Amino acid sequence: MPRITVREAISQALWEEMERDPNVFILGEEVGVWGGSYAVTKGFYDHFGPDRVKDTPISEAAIVGAAIGAALTGLRPVAELMTINFAFSAFEHIVNQAAKMHYMFAGQMKVPLVIRTVSGGGRQLAATHSQTPDVIFAHFPGLKVVAPGTAEDAKGLLKSAIRSEDPVLFIESATLYQSRGEVGEGENLVPIGISKIQRTGNDVTLITYSKMLETTLKAADSLAQEGIEAEVIDLRTLRPLDMGPVLESFKKTNRAVVVEEGWRSYGVGAEVAARIYEEAFDYVDAPIGRVAQKEVPLPYNRTLEQLALPQVEDVIKAVKEVL
Amino acid sequence: MEKNEYLELFHQMLLIRLLEEQASMLYQQGKIGGFLHLYIGQEAVSTGLISARQDQDRVITAYRDHGVALNCGIPPGEVMAELLGKATGCSAGRGGSMHMADVERNFWGGHAIVGAHLPIAAGMALGDRYRGNDAVTICMFGDGATNIGYFHEALNLSKVWELPVLWVCENNLYGMGTAVERASAVSEMRQKAEGYAIPNSVISGMDVMKVREASMQALEAVRSSKTPYFLEIQTYRFRGHSMGDPERYRTSEEVKRWQNESDPIGIYHKHLVEQNIASVDELDELEKKAEQEIQEAVHFAESSPEPAPEDLFKNVYFEADK
Repeated sequence: MPRITVREAISQALWEEMERDPNVFILGEEVGVWGGSYAVTKGFYDHFGPDRVKDTPISEAAIVGAAIGAALTGLRPVAELMTINFAFSAFEHIVNQAAKMHYMFAGQMKVPLVIRTVSGGGRQLAATHSQTPDVIFAHFPGLKVVAPGTAEDAKGLLKSAIRSEDPVLFIESATLYQSRGEVGEGENLVPIGISKIQRTGNDVTLITYSKMLETTLKAADSLAQEGIEAEVIDLRTLRPLDMGPVLESFKKTNRAVVVEEGWRSYGVGAEVAARIYEEAFDYVDAPIGRVAQKEVPLPYNRTLEQLALPQVEDVIKAVKEVL
Repeated sequence: MEKNEYLELFHQMLLIRLLEEQASMLYQQGKIGGFLHLYIGQEAVSTGLISARQDQDRVITAYRDHGVALNCGIPPGEVMAELLGKATGCSAGRGGSMHMADVERNFWGGHAIVGAHLPIAAGMALGDRYRGNDAVTICMFGDGATNIGYFHEALNLSKVWELPVLWVCENNLYGMGTAVERASAVSEMRQKAEGYAIPNSVISGMDVMKVREASMQALEAVRSSKTPYFLEIQTYRFRGHSMGDPERYRTSEEVKRWQNESDPIGIYHKHLVEQNIASVDELDELEKKAEQEIQEAVHFAESSPEPAPEDLFKNVYFEADK
């Protein structure tokens, strides 16, 4: 199978879906003539034309709002928000409009919308441009929140998101775009809302998603050299959250650490740990560990920034604490 | 215009007035929950406007939506049932007063976050443009909405992308309890359209025929030019912003003056009689008929079932219901 980057995987998914369905179109800042601020839509404008690859003003509420309206009329917009930090300017439309309409109007309206955006720190962009606020969006019923960690999942999940009849926030990681993985030819749809075991092991269950999958797998490899076999589960979707493989694994290992890039408070770790305690309390042999970002706005200075972000060593340390 | 068309406008305005008077009483009896924003006084605006639309034209409005719902053809019983939160309501009891919709009738809601539906309206117009449809999206909002960012983002986008939207600002002089001059840098809301090079006009909204005429022209302008148009319709609400509004921000004399001199139903009644379109007796007869309809609507709503508890989780996701 060809090894391609996450960027290529996302780009391929978009391209193939646009070729397949004329109702799919892209809108966002610099998606057209520029080719995408992360070069995901490079070449799209020339091939699909300005009506299907729409450059927008710097106007996040209008981007998402207009995408919702177009979705209501039966189109399948893929709106790109340059970073998730700018999604706050469109927060109303993401969580209070897109996520509500199908329910509040009793099924009369549906919003088959994908919002692609980029989350995460580590690129010295300082506090306002480096956040990982994924869980905030996962709080709202009515929205689906997807955040792949591999090229294969990025492609397969984005294709599923575009075909979904519900609004999907599709979170990419800026520092994963160059990461390579095997992606099969053909459809290879990956269903939304299914967690996946990415590495098997019997000693401890590590639960993570997106960029932190890479970090967690590195930690698992390192632990293996010490004879500790970790099972690594990639959530892939934050809402709806699939706890099935997590609970199954935990019942085998009785120990778990949750690894996320965002802040610890009210985070994915809090949610997953609570659910393990609720569903598998009798299997708990140690308090569930949490690895997350330090509770500070991310600083610009590289050393300080890396100090605040979760590292491989943090995961290893947390695993040893629960063993 | 045929006689029955003239009378239908009168009929619709009566339905709005009478339904809302009943709703006001039911609210005081505790049968309607949440917020209730009455349209009384503004009936000529949506009645004239919606009468000018073609079937393919989409309508979307803010939270003061009972009148628009009726004008779009939702039966009074379904509107009243929605107010009472019943399963037979147009939004099945999910939305209440502020969130009525009937997609089959091309009425895309009742939206309660001020200004948030404007970018959505732009997107619906984009959808029609994408497909090359001849439809216009009619987006109604209040004067208060012109001060929020969504308004400006949506107007700008509509011009940049040449979207077939008719922006209709219902200026009833107060955003909740704050007079326009205390909240807006310009006195006419249409001036804000100037900043986006969107053609615009302002009219009085108390005469339904004038609203209808201006709306037809505005819709034609959008349809033929395939670009947005901004119509400001100045009006006045005779009731508070919502139920329980102490109305400290305006005098009762001011309200009475508008009611006595500018009641849209009174103005239209006079017009119909003076122009020999209908006799006073005929109009009395119509009023009795409308009263009867509203009584039936109340009966329908009150005797309708509550939504089933097992439907609580229905429609959270389209795909979960398949």
